Amino acid sequence: MSGTVAHGDAGASAPLAEPDDSVLVRVDNLVKHFPVHSAGMIRRVAGQVQAVDGVSLTVRRGQTLGLVGETGCGKSTLARCIAGLVPVTSGQITFDGHNITNLSRPAMRPFRREIQMIFQDPYGSLNPRRRVGSIIGDPFAVHKTASGAARKKAVQELMERVGLNPEHYNRFPAEFSGGQRQRIGVARALALRPKLIICDEPVSALDVSIQAQVLNLLSDLQSEFGLSYLFIAHDLEVVRHVSDSVAVMYLGRLAETGPGKQVYDQTRHPYTAALLSAAPAADPDAAAQRRRIILTGDVPSPINPPSGCRFHPRCPKAQHLCAQTEPQLEVKAGDPDTHRAACHFPVQEGEMLARVAGRERR
Amino acid sequence: MSVTELEFQAHAVESAPAEAIEGRSQWQLTWRRLLHDRMAIASMIVIALMVLIAIFAPVIASIVGHGPEQAFPNTGTTVSGTPVGPGTNGFVLGTDYIGRDLLVRVVYGARISLFVGILTTAIATVAGVSIGLIAGYFGGFVDTVLARFIDSALAFPFIVLALALAAVFSPSLTIVIGVITFFSWAGISRIVRGQTLSLKEKEYIEAARSLGAGPWRIMFIDILPNLMGPVLVLATLYIPTAVIFEATLSFLGIGIPEPTPSWGSILAEAQTYYQIAWWYVVFPALALLITTLAFNLLGDGIRDAMDPRTERIFAAARARKGRRKKKQGQAAADGSAELAGPSAGTR
Repeated sequence: MSGTVAHGDAGASAPLAEPDDSVLVRVDNLVKHFPVHSAGMIRRVAGQVQAVDGVSLTVRRGQTLGLVGETGCGKSTLARCIAGLVPVTSGQITFDGHNITNLSRPAMRPFRREIQMIFQDPYGSLNPRRRVGSIIGDPFAVHKTASGAARKKAVQELMERVGLNPEHYNRFPAEFSGGQRQRIGVARALALRPKLIICDEPVSALDVSIQAQVLNLLSDLQSEFGLSYLFIAHDLEVVRHVSDSVAVMYLGRLAETGPGKQVYDQTRHPYTAALLSAAPAADPDAAAQRRRIILTGDVPSPINPPSGCRFHPRCPKAQHLCAQTEPQLEVKAGDPDTHRAACHFPVQEGEMLARVAGRERR
Repeated sequence: MSVTELEFQAHAVESAPAEAIEGRSQWQLTWRRLLHDRMAIASMIVIALMVLIAIFAPVIASIVGHGPEQAFPNTGTTVSGTPVGPGTNGFVLGTDYIGRDLLVRVVYGARISLFVGILTTAIATVAGVSIGLIAGYFGGFVDTVLARFIDSALAFPFIVLALALAAVFSPSLTIVIGVITFFSWAGISRIVRGQTLSLKEKEYIEAARSLGAGPWRIMFIDILPNLMGPVLVLATLYIPTAVIFEATLSFLGIGIPEPTPSWGSILAEAQTYYQIAWWYVVFPALALLITTLAFNLLGDGIRDAMDPRTERIFAAARARKGRRKKKQGQAAADGSAELAGPSAGTR
């Protein structure tokens, strides 16, 4: 993948007015709250799950934005908002210069062809009762772009392109392995030649050796068709491998964004540092030298998030200010202006967070 | 460094033999399992025979030379005016109270029973599946209204409604079909609605939505095939219920009007004669029993065949049989006893 710098812009409110042709998707201050109903006969709204709470980012043409964060931090909700699968509470999504926020189904239809999704679970995302050929042919059938023999031919070409035997057209999903099923998902997403593919943890359900195959396939397809990816994962190594830029999410907000190398090597946010320190390293010598930052406590409830910085109850560097004022996503001293972090006390180079936390590596 | 950077061949598709291309569908697998279930096979044969008898009822009537509504006061009744027994004067199963051939009437009764049973189940299945799908998929207000409608249909006292309708209109085949359908769709709807509620949360439904598929396409192309299994079992089990329902209505005199023969109305007439003419009650009741039993057993068989867990039970049974054969020294010749399946006479 190209080493060009792409940035995930972010800011609490001000829409970044920068009419840039290289931007494919711009998300401005996106908010998605799910109402929580009280039990009983008369159901009242008892609270809001603040799944995504003010996220802004951009995906550039032909590049990959990696989105990382723990389970439940709102990554998948953000993806579903961009794909138009769930209505947005507030904020704006711009795709290719068009505002696609909360469009009606017919109005969204042309954009469905441009935005496709690859799902996490290769077992759950394919209908077990339908033949693979008809699953991959679905996009053609829905958009009425090809039928009959033309559709069959297109499907078989797609199957060949993603590394499946086109003769297996008439098989059922159950007759394929996990990696092959994910290839079916890729073929389906590729069918209409979209501009953006949202990959919602496309490899986390797969065996490590199969992960590499699918990642290489995605990478090849990107250069062949000029695709842009929004790549969601919780495996930091996978994200490092595929992404041009990275956005780190915590509890519905962005903690840190920037070019992959910046975020990984000059980490500013303590949460990013903790995530990175928890990732397993393949080299045992490097692993022995690392100090893990062990976060205490659980992820707070998104119904009632902590005041100020949402990470402060678990942060080894937290101070009084963190509980009171919410940090803005901004460029920290010494960083290029594409690298932003939302932290009052950003991590400095060479700083040992593990000691601050008072815990040693086990 | 990271594992992902190791060299892997991207194209790891194993080259499968060219002939193994066609995948086996759920139906093919179910059918294969069903063929190993002797009870289900017997039921299918019985049902097929019943259907043939119903279709060729006029042929049977012309062979014995008695019409279904034709009374034979001279040969068909005794001097004291009671029915004659089986085998008397060419009446194979005896006669009824005015000297009509019981065999011909029971055979013609099969027409009514099967027609009503299959037609009402078909209408009820289509209506029940559609309403259940719509309620389950759309949810919200639509679901609330339809679910209450389903509940009220299930709560209705059916005999009372049937009696009321029969009082207003004169009893007819149309009313019988209407009443039975009205009381059958709701049960199917409820099951389909529940299944739809769980199926619509599946990721492949979200995948279909992300492609831009509309609600109708999702309901009928993505969800319906996943529902066909339970619906087929349910429909098979609803046919005997409808057959009994028709017999009940005819027995109460609010079903198929006289003189058209129906098993229910024959049984109703037989009430006053069964002490002197056992055949009058036994043969129509037997026809009713065999038909409903066959459908019920077939439904059970289909349900078992749909359930992948029973595959192991069948496999174990085949393995046991194979071992037993070997012990008896019969399997010396055929090594593939396990695959040969149950052969007649080995028990």
